[in-house]
Amino acid sequence: MSRTLTYREALREGLDEELARDPNVVLLGEEVAQYNGAYKVTEGLWKKWGDKRIVDTPISEAGFIGMGIGASMLGVRPVMELMFWSFHSVAFDQLVNNAACVRYMSGGLINCPIVMRGPANGGTNVGATHSHIPEGLFAAFPGLKVCAPATPADAKGLIKAAIRDNDPVYVMENTLLYGTTGEVPDPAEGDYVVPLGKADIKREGKDISLIAHGRSVIHALAAAETLQTEHGISAEVVDLRSIRPLDVDTILASVKKTNRVVLVDESKPFGGVSAMVATLIQEHAFDYLDAPIKRVCTIDAPAIYSPHIENEQLPNPRRIVEKVRTFF
Amino acid sequence: MSTAQLDTPRLDFASSPINRELTPERKIDLFRQMIRIRRFEQTALKFYNAGKMGGFLHLYIGQESVAVGTISLKEENDHFITAYRDHGHAIALGMGMNECMAEMYGKQTGCSKGKGGSMHFFAPDKGFWGGHGIVGGQTPLGLGLAYGLKYLNKEGCCLCYLGDGAVNQGAFHESLNLASLFNLPVVYVIENNGYSMGTSQKRSSAYRGCLAQRAEGYDMEWDVIDGSDIYEVRAKTHIAMERARKEQKPCILEIATYRYYGHSVADANAKKYRTPEEIENYKQNHDPITLFRRRLVSEGVLTEEQADAISKEAQDEAAASARFAEESPAPTAADIMTDVYWETDNNTEASKTGWHFFND
Ligand SMILES: Cc1ncc(C[n+]2csc(CCOP(=O)(O)OP(=O)(O)O)c2C)c(N)n1
Repeated sequence: MSRTLTYREALREGLDEELARDPNVVLLGEEVAQYNGAYKVTEGLWKKWGDKRIVDTPISEAGFIGMGIGASMLGVRPVMELMFWSFHSVAFDQLVNNAACVRYMSGGLINCPIVMRGPANGGTNVGATHSHIPEGLFAAFPGLKVCAPATPADAKGLIKAAIRDNDPVYVMENTLLYGTTGEVPDPAEGDYVVPLGKADIKREGKDISLIAHGRSVIHALAAAETLQTEHGISAEVVDLRSIRPLDVDTILASVKKTNRVVLVDESKPFGGVSAMVATLIQEHAFDYLDAPIKRVCTIDAPAIYSPHIENEQLPNPRRIVEKVRTFF
Repeated sequence: MSTAQLDTPRLDFASSPINRELTPERKIDLFRQMIRIRRFEQTALKFYNAGKMGGFLHLYIGQESVAVGTISLKEENDHFITAYRDHGHAIALGMGMNECMAEMYGKQTGCSKGKGGSMHFFAPDKGFWGGHGIVGGQTPLGLGLAYGLKYLNKEGCCLCYLGDGAVNQGAFHESLNLASLFNLPVVYVIENNGYSMGTSQKRSSAYRGCLAQRAEGYDMEWDVIDGSDIYEVRAKTHIAMERARKEQKPCILEIATYRYYGHSVADANAKKYRTPEEIENYKQNHDPITLFRRRLVSEGVLTEEQADAISKEAQDEAAASARFAEESPAPTAADIMTDVYWETDNNTEASKTGWHFFND
C-alpha cells in the first residue's frame, strides 16, 4: 500500500519520523519553526515538537551552520535548513573546512552527523544569486555526502538515510519539485529508507541511457516518452539519486546495455556532476560505447532572470530529445 | 590591555576562593604543566629547524598560563576548542607529548595518525575538540559544543579560544549573537598576544578600548585578565565558567598575553614588527612561568632545586617524545583513504553501496 504525497509532504514525513525515532534529532534554520518553513517543508513540526526540537535561527548562516557542526561532534544530530543552497557561499568555510575535514584531521576520532538540506535549483526566475546548483561543487569535497532526490518517495527515503548517517550529508532539494506528487510507501508497512549511494532505474530502455539526478530526472522521463512515441527510440532513465557516494556500478551496467549515453545535469557543465560521470564512463566502459558521451547541462552562464528564456538555459525535455536525435 | 596597564599594581588573586583551595601539590602541578608546554615546544622548534616536520609551527611560548590556568578549572562536562596555536591546550588537557610530537612528525602514532599535523590536535575523550586552521572558524563550533551540552541536558560549558586577530571575523560576531540569543554556555577566551601575524591590534581593530568589550553589543558579560598571573586567570575564568554552567550565560574573557617567537616559525618578519625592547620587557617582567615560579618559592611551596628538577624532567620527557616520533612508522598510502567516511572505516553494508573514492 502506498499513498500519493507531495515531495514536500514526503520530506516532512521523513523528518517527523526521524524526530520521533531519535530524540537527538533537531531541526534548525531560518523560519523553520514559527513561520512553518519558507517552503512549508517543516509545517506543523514546531507545533508538534516544540521549541527544543524545532529552532528558528537568525539570518546567520556561518554562525548557525557552524553551531550545528559543533553540536553534531557532541552527538546531537542537527538537520539544518538552508533557505536556498545559493546561500552556501556565506557559510562556505563551515561547510567545507569544518564539516568535511574534521573527521579526517582528527584521524577518525570525531564524527559529524549533520544534515544540510534545502532547495538548489534554477527555473524560478529569481536571477543569478538565487539559482546556484552546487551539488557538483560539494561532491568534490571528500568527507561530504551529497544527494538529490527527484521523487517524493526518494525525498522521504533519502532524508531519513541522511539523518541516520554518521557523516555530513547535503540534501539538494528543488523548489519546483516541492509541489509534485508521487507514490510513497505507507509507514504502516515499515521503515522506508533509501540508502545513500544507490541509483535507481526510473525507466527501462535499450537504445540509450539518459543519466540524470534531481529535477533533470523528470525532464529525462518526459523526453524518453517522446522519444519512444515519436521516434521509436527506447531510452533508459538512470536516476543517480545520490551524487556521492555515486552508484557507478548501476551507471556502467546501463551503459553496457545501451551503448549510448546522454547525461542530463542541471548543475553547470564545467566541473559539474555530469563531467565526473562522463569521466568514469570513459574510464570504465569505453569499449562499450558506440558513440561519444554527450551532455545536456545548464547553459554555462549565471542564471538568467527572464521568465521567457530561463527554461531554455536549463535542461528540458526538448533539449534532451534534440541531443538524443543527434545519435539516431 | 597595554603594557602600561599591565605595569600598574594589581590585586592579589592568590586569595580568591578558587585559588585558596589549591593544595601545594596542585600548585606545583600548574607550574609543571606550564613548563612541560614550554619544553615540548622548544624541543619541537629544535627538530622543526632540523627538518623533521612539515607545515607550520605556531608556538605558544609566552602564553602558557592561559591554557593551563583555564583548563585547570575543567569539570566533567566541560569542552575546549581552539585555533591552530593548539599545543598548549592539548598538553594542558592531558594529551601525551608522544602523540603530539608524533603528529607533528606526521607519523602513524600521532594523535590524528599524521593526518592533522601541528594545527590539528584532537582528544575528544579529554574534552578537546581540536585545533582549527581557519582564523575564527572554530568560534561557531565552540558555540555548537555549548549548544550540544544544553540540548543533552548536561551541566557544563565550552571554552573557545581565539586570537586578537580572530575577533574581526564575521563568524565570531555571528557566534556572539547566537550565544547570547540562545543562552548558550560558551566562554570565548581571546588570547590577546597583541598581534595577528605582523599586524598589531592597533592596526586591526577599530575600537580603541579592549576587545572583550564588544560583548556589550550582544548583551553579554565580559572581563579582562592579566595573563602573566595564573592566579588571576583562574579566579576570573572560574567566575565565567560557573556563570556559564549554572546560568547558561555566555561571556568573553580577554587575556593579555604575549608570544616571544614569530607568528609561526615561517614568520620571516618576526623581529621587524616588534621592538627588541618590547619582547624583552615581556620576557623579563611578565613571563607567566618565571612569575609563578618566583611566587611559589616565596609561598614556600617550591624550592629552586625542585623547580629546576621539574624543568629538567619536562625537558627529558620532550626529548623522549622526539625519539618516539622519530622511531614511529609513517602512514602508508592506504591510510590516505581512511577516516574520510564513517562506513568505509567500519565496513558496514553501506560501505558496499556506491563508490566513495575516485582514484584510479
Ligand atoms: C580565514 C583565514 N585568514 C587568514 C589566515 C592566515 N592566518 C593564520 S593565523 C593568522 C593571524 C591570526 O592572529 P590572531 O587571531 O591574533 O591569533 P594568534 O596567531 O595571535 O594566536 C593569519 C592571518 C587563516 N588561517 N585563516
